[in-house]
Amino acid sequence: MKKDVIKKAFQLTFPVMMGYIFVAIAFAVLMKEKGLSPLYSLLLSIFVYAGAMQFAAVELLSSGAGILSAAIMTLMVNIRHIFYGLSLIEPYKKMKKEKYYFIHSLSDETYSILCTQDKNDRPLLLLIGLFNQLYWIAGTLIGSWLSEYLFFDTTGIDFAMNALFLVIFVEQWQSVEHHFPAILGIVLSLVCLVVFGQNQMVIMSMILILASLLAYRKLKGVN
Amino acid sequence: MDKIIVTILVMAIITYLTRALPFFIWGSKPCPAIIQYLGETLPYAMMALLVVYAFKSVSITTSPFGLPELIAGALCVVLHLWKHNQLLSIGASTITYMFLIQVIF
Repeated sequence: MKKDVIKKAFQLTFPVMMGYIFVAIAFAVLMKEKGLSPLYSLLLSIFVYAGAMQFAAVELLSSGAGILSAAIMTLMVNIRHIFYGLSLIEPYKKMKKEKYYFIHSLSDETYSILCTQDKNDRPLLLLIGLFNQLYWIAGTLIGSWLSEYLFFDTTGIDFAMNALFLVIFVEQWQSVEHHFPAILGIVLSLVCLVVFGQNQMVIMSMILILASLLAYRKLKGVN
Repeated sequence: MDKIIVTILVMAIITYLTRALPFFIWGSKPCPAIIQYLGETLPYAMMALLVVYAFKSVSITTSPFGLPELIAGALCVVLHLWKHNQLLSIGASTITYMFLIQVIF
């Protein structure tokens, strides 16, 4: 692997590094506060590696939720990932065994960066994903260690996750000229939250967003 | 193996499957135009959904009427539009939020 690829991947992921480390620290501190072992935090960050789901997992694991409800929750929160792969199928086809890690590395942040990169530079695509996960794991370890020494009230620290989503949303918004999908997403999710409530909103919003985008495409095609 | 480890394992497998599905379906054949269109538009709508989802339990009808979330969220967006520094946007807004709900509201 060439040195300039490593350098480029580091430069591209540098802004994520700060955000990820901060959010992962918040996650690990929450885990510790709920009496969950740092080993679990580490396992989640290595093998699940999905920010929103890991924050949801803090609640699930500490409240002793059943495996089935954890499974359904995971599916609901992470089903959006299905759409992330769609624009990365071409580079995936040319990968060998590393493609199995490439799949695992596709977090919201990684995907956001990959969107704007040259899809033929496969080592770069892989390294961006790997670096991001390493930051995430590093933050988890720092948070687990730091929580031993925290002497202040950490209530509200989970806002870090919300802030991360807002930041990605702003970045995505600025990266394209066409804002219809983003506006559609906001409006339909708000409607679904009000109409279907907190538990059903993810799946209902996804169905409506999908249907609306397909309808929009058809309309544009006709005109 | 304790129940928590099993639960984490289940979460890991399902998360991986959600990431792998499009590759396993279209990885070995040409990707239809309609799927490519979705690949280009859906992620933006999904991130919007995630933002709404993140704030889903905010109540605007009971005190403090979502004000801490509104203030900290707005601060996060404004800081990010201005400085484009993730640590600054996330760090400052989180600390502001913690201060707001612990001290003010």
